[in-house]
Amino acid sequence: MITLLATWTFGVTLALVALGVFVSYRLFSFPDITTDGSYTLGAVTTTVLLVAGHDPAIATLGGAAAGAAAGACTGLLHAILHIEPLLAGILVTTALSSVNLVVLGRSNVPLAGTATLLDRAEALLLPAMTAAGFGDAAGEAARLIVMLSGVGIAVILLWAFFRTNLGTAMRAGGDTATMARALGRNTGLLTVGGLAIANALTALSGALVAQVQGFADVQMGIGMVVWGMASVFLGAALVGPVRLGGALVATVAGSITFRLIVASALRAGLHPDWLKAATALVVLAALIAPRLLSRRPQASAAR
Amino acid sequence: MLDVRHATVAFSAPGGPLVRAVDDISLTIPAGTFVVVIGTNGSGKSTLLGAVAGTVRLDAGSIHVAGHDLTAWRENQRARYVGRVFQDPRAGTAASLSVLENLAVAASRGRPVGLGWATPRRLRAEAAQRLAAIQPGLEKRLDQPIGSMSGGQRQIVALVMATWHRPELLLLDEHTAALDPASADRVVQATAKLVRDQKLTALMVTHSLEQAAGLGDRLLLIHRGKISLDVEGGAKRRLSTADLAGRFDRLRRADQLDDSAARTLRDLYV
Repeated sequence: MITLLATWTFGVTLALVALGVFVSYRLFSFPDITTDGSYTLGAVTTTVLLVAGHDPAIATLGGAAAGAAAGACTGLLHAILHIEPLLAGILVTTALSSVNLVVLGRSNVPLAGTATLLDRAEALLLPAMTAAGFGDAAGEAARLIVMLSGVGIAVILLWAFFRTNLGTAMRAGGDTATMARALGRNTGLLTVGGLAIANALTALSGALVAQVQGFADVQMGIGMVVWGMASVFLGAALVGPVRLGGALVATVAGSITFRLIVASALRAGLHPDWLKAATALVVLAALIAPRLLSRRPQASAAR
Repeated sequence: MLDVRHATVAFSAPGGPLVRAVDDISLTIPAGTFVVVIGTNGSGKSTLLGAVAGTVRLDAGSIHVAGHDLTAWRENQRARYVGRVFQDPRAGTAASLSVLENLAVAASRGRPVGLGWATPRRLRAEAAQRLAAIQPGLEKRLDQPIGSMSGGQRQIVALVMATWHRPELLLLDEHTAALDPASADRVVQATAKLVRDQKLTALMVTHSLEQAAGLGDRLLLIHRGKISLDVEGGAKRRLSTADLAGRFDRLRRADQLDDSAARTLRDLYV
């Protein structure tokens, strides 16, 4: 029971990465490699702030803000210097691997003995969970409830934001830049904002994961962008074509489903070393499936 | 009102000669005038339109709209005074957004955007009314993704978007060229109605001599970067499609003569 709940908690926490990738890749068609670096950046920033004795809420927000700054850097490279999306992300992520190492001081820092956001939430919900009959698993159940409500709030805030004038302009600019420019929008600036939001979500996930697992590691972000894409694709496959709200919920569902699939695969005997390769294969399959299923091969090339 | 003064745009292909796509064109369009621009392929008519829209930089000259000097303004800044409809319906509307959301973006044209709700009930009501006025039935499709509509319907919505706030200048870039004849006809009628009702100043580039003869108060024929014909008033009204076809033929024959003369000279002297 505890292991299953922990799997769910992890999947829910990583849903924030999937939401970030949804914003950058689905709304802006921007394959944003920065995700790998900003996930780690969120984790190390929060960890260092916690170890220094700051309030867990402030430490977590600090991690998210650092991620937003990293995303804005990638956006500026693209918008002002006209560097291709992939290359801009690679440059910022490469620079971030140094930044992360310098911020953390060494490659791995534990959070043992430090009060985290999770501990605080657990203490708040523990009596209720014990009363609900979770027994030994009460602590883990409390963590899951907290993460689920956190992600739920994130989905609602994202949905609301992307229905405002600014958010709608961002979606329009990400969809058809010529249209947005002809209506007076600075599409470069909108992309910078969109990537800041996407990477704030990713870094928030890293910040929370560090607190869930009890340590930050400079390697922990490797492959996160592919992980996020797998979740986004899986979520889209689960629900089919839906509008903004549905797509956001589907992305969260995709993230949790993918985490459960991974956990089952590991239990069935998949060696953990092969995890990232398996993830890449899933994304590859999701990318080519529409082309294989479509009757007209050229249909997938047209946007 | 649009005022183009001594506009010049020069291109040079790598290793090729410098070509003036727009060659010292000066043009004043008084407020409320509907101008139709035609020209052969490569005449410079699209470059001229691009220079006014801000997608092509001028090498010399200036662009004024309603008294404001827009020469140094970027494309998105010019949206404050200029409304545009593109040749490709996919370029002028955002496919994944609903019809209403596309109109919401248009309702903020040239204005700063904030965190207000994009599609309040007031906007929905006005959008339904405006769409119904121009093509009954469209108002029932406000919540559909605009990408699911036909090209003709998308262009009608694009016209409503470009004129949601009355623009000082409406630019139409061969906006019926990608449509089937029946849809093109509906878009032309919608265009004429909007321009008439809002008393718009409009500049329309077209490939259709029929549209050129039937629409607008004034006609410009661009050839080799210069205005080679400029008619308005009664002369414009009397102009027929056949007259324009004759003009085009003469230009094309003159071009061929120029080319063959150049070839002869090259053979003789080079």
